[in-house]
Amino acid sequence: MTAPMNRHIRVLVAKPGLDGHDRGAKIVARALRDAGMEVIYTGLRQTPEQIVSAAVQEDVDAIGISILSGAHNTILPRIAELLRHAGLDDVLLVVGGIIPDEDVPGLKQAGVAAVFQPGASTGDIVDFIRSHVRPETPNAVASDE
Amino acid sequence: MSCNGKVSQEAKIDTAEQASNSSRRPSEAEREWEEKVLKQALKSAPERLPGFSTTSGVPIERLYTPGDLADFDCERDLGDPGEFPYTRGIHPQMYRARLWTMRQFSGFGTPEDTNRRLHFLLDQGQTGLSIAFDLPTLMGYDSDHPFAEGEVGRCGVAVSSLADMETLLRGLPLERVTTSMTINSPAAMVWAMYLVAAEKSGADWKKISGTIQNDILKEYIAQKEFIFPPAPSMRLVVDSIVFAARETPRWNPISISGYHIREAGSTAIQELAFTLRDGIEYVEWVLRSGLGVDEFAPRLSFFFNSHNDLFEEVAKFRAARKVWAKVMRERFGARDPRSWRCRFHTQTAGCSLTAQQPYNNVIRTTIQALAGVLGGTQSLHTNSLDEAWALPTEQAATLALRTQQVLAHESGVADAVDPLAGSYFIEALTLRTERECYGYFDRIDSFGGMVAAIEKGFPQREIHDAAYAYQKAVERKEKFVVGVNEYVAEEERPIDLLIIDAGAAREQCRKLDALRKSRNNGRVQSSLDALSKAAGTTRNLMPDLLECVRAYATVGEMCDALRRVFGTYEEPAVA
Repeated sequence: MTAPMNRHIRVLVAKPGLDGHDRGAKIVARALRDAGMEVIYTGLRQTPEQIVSAAVQEDVDAIGISILSGAHNTILPRIAELLRHAGLDDVLLVVGGIIPDEDVPGLKQAGVAAVFQPGASTGDIVDFIRSHVRPETPNAVASDE
Repeated sequence: MSCNGKVSQEAKIDTAEQASNSSRRPSEAEREWEEKVLKQALKSAPERLPGFSTTSGVPIERLYTPGDLADFDCERDLGDPGEFPYTRGIHPQMYRARLWTMRQFSGFGTPEDTNRRLHFLLDQGQTGLSIAFDLPTLMGYDSDHPFAEGEVGRCGVAVSSLADMETLLRGLPLERVTTSMTINSPAAMVWAMYLVAAEKSGADWKKISGTIQNDILKEYIAQKEFIFPPAPSMRLVVDSIVFAARETPRWNPISISGYHIREAGSTAIQELAFTLRDGIEYVEWVLRSGLGVDEFAPRLSFFFNSHNDLFEEVAKFRAARKVWAKVMRERFGARDPRSWRCRFHTQTAGCSLTAQQPYNNVIRTTIQALAGVLGGTQSLHTNSLDEAWALPTEQAATLALRTQQVLAHESGVADAVDPLAGSYFIEALTLRTERECYGYFDRIDSFGGMVAAIEKGFPQREIHDAAYAYQKAVERKEKFVVGVNEYVAEEERPIDLLIIDAGAAREQCRKLDALRKSRNNGRVQSSLDALSKAAGTTRNLMPDLLECVRAYATVGEMCDALRRVFGTYEEPAVA
């Protein structure tokens, strides 16, 4: 395999805020991995700064945030802003969790590409990331190994 | 004996070939029926699925008969209500004497907001209180801590100091109403606040009754709201159990909880096994502190989840009582029957609620509540239809309480003790659940106990595998979720949700600022210093915590004093 042309899609799965409910984050991490992506899971209670710094360090194509505590309107815009400051505008930012409909437009405006609400399937999440990661990502279709 | 043992006698006479279930011994008549009737029926009406299983994936046979109860002994496995092994319930008359306590979990915004909701619920006929704290409080941070930003009052009520606790409890009859508080890592601190608030309102510690969740093991296993490493966390739990045994005879100093284990995606059997094995771990640790088993075991209480699969849940509750009774009598040699009784609270399964077509959640909750009642719960929380989206509105919370009242007063299910006993299906499921529970005990014992198993990630991995398998089954449509992967609505009308505005956070910060200026800060500092010092010894920390609380030290300050001595816990990031 000749890197970086056949590089897999790299995704950072992160849980910001104080909430420890990690069932969703871990299921999504495993599903992305099963779909051939490389997944880095941050573990619990990461600040926006820690998440963005991990994204820089790990050179990821996408960041998946899981948040169930209701703090999404505070935390996500900050992550988006820090990403812009770090020059990572092209990193795909998606979120999953308990996020009411009325908060979705605001989050999208802040730079979140997709909001996966309760009941979303892991298949939809995989498909969205595959089809929306930055076009310059080499071999944007993940291998199935 | 109240039952005649006919089932087991018949089954024991039969020594026929065994089916897939190793202990299954079908009778001659049954085999004849299979040959002559069933075979033909299966040809003309094939079954809906190649195989059937419970929500947790336990295979369900087509038919249960005396042949499934070959190993069942009425006297040994069932017994009488209120008698060992309590399969039929912990009281002789169960709900004919006293209904379960209707205890709706509630908490949001400021202590003033939640105090109003608690009064409202009591006015609606609720019979016990249950308080939900917000994430900063659960994690031992005050409302004005930077980590609390965006989280104050969102998942529960913000309580940073005794002043907040006094506001929260204002006007509530503390000697008459029982109060449950869902708090774990800072349980000892928040309990100390409750005790001082009760004392200041004139309530007698010997008379007040209620529960602190205080179950740290399930935090490492499932809910992940931990602060300190396991050993000092266990010490705080032991200290509060020992203190309760001496000072608050009617208080439950722990509620050993399977609820969160199930919410994290475990099976019913994992929920039961990990919870009861956590119970064993607590008993072992308290025994090492020098207390005799019968001095504290009667005040241990439990908390289970009730999911959609009615019979699986009923079997789980019945098996819980039976296994715990045997563990306490045989493993720990408890002599007091009160130590044998598994008293438990039940909450319907939050993880079963769907954001889609939320009114369907009323039906799910009703089935789950029914399972709790048929399973003999001591208290019950029914979730509200809107909780896949937010904390419940007053209207949704009222409907959830009414669901319990209809079950209690209209359905008739509370009028006979353990009404499903003797069902071949229920008894076979109960036996199977019990057997598999002991299987998990053996595996956890082989790690050297639950703390060791947690440190190796064993229960966490088991739960994650089960959660992933369930998710995949839903996505492959092997399991239907109405309104989510089947019977999906094209368009949905939004429902009204409870909105918690940022005003709650501002108000909390303002009050904290005023408190920090008005209290005797010299006394606060010396009480915190004494707490840190005591933490470095082996003495019981409750008296020091009470002194901190009386000085109006905050939850964050008390936790910080202990963080300095105990350190904090970081979970290895495994996914």
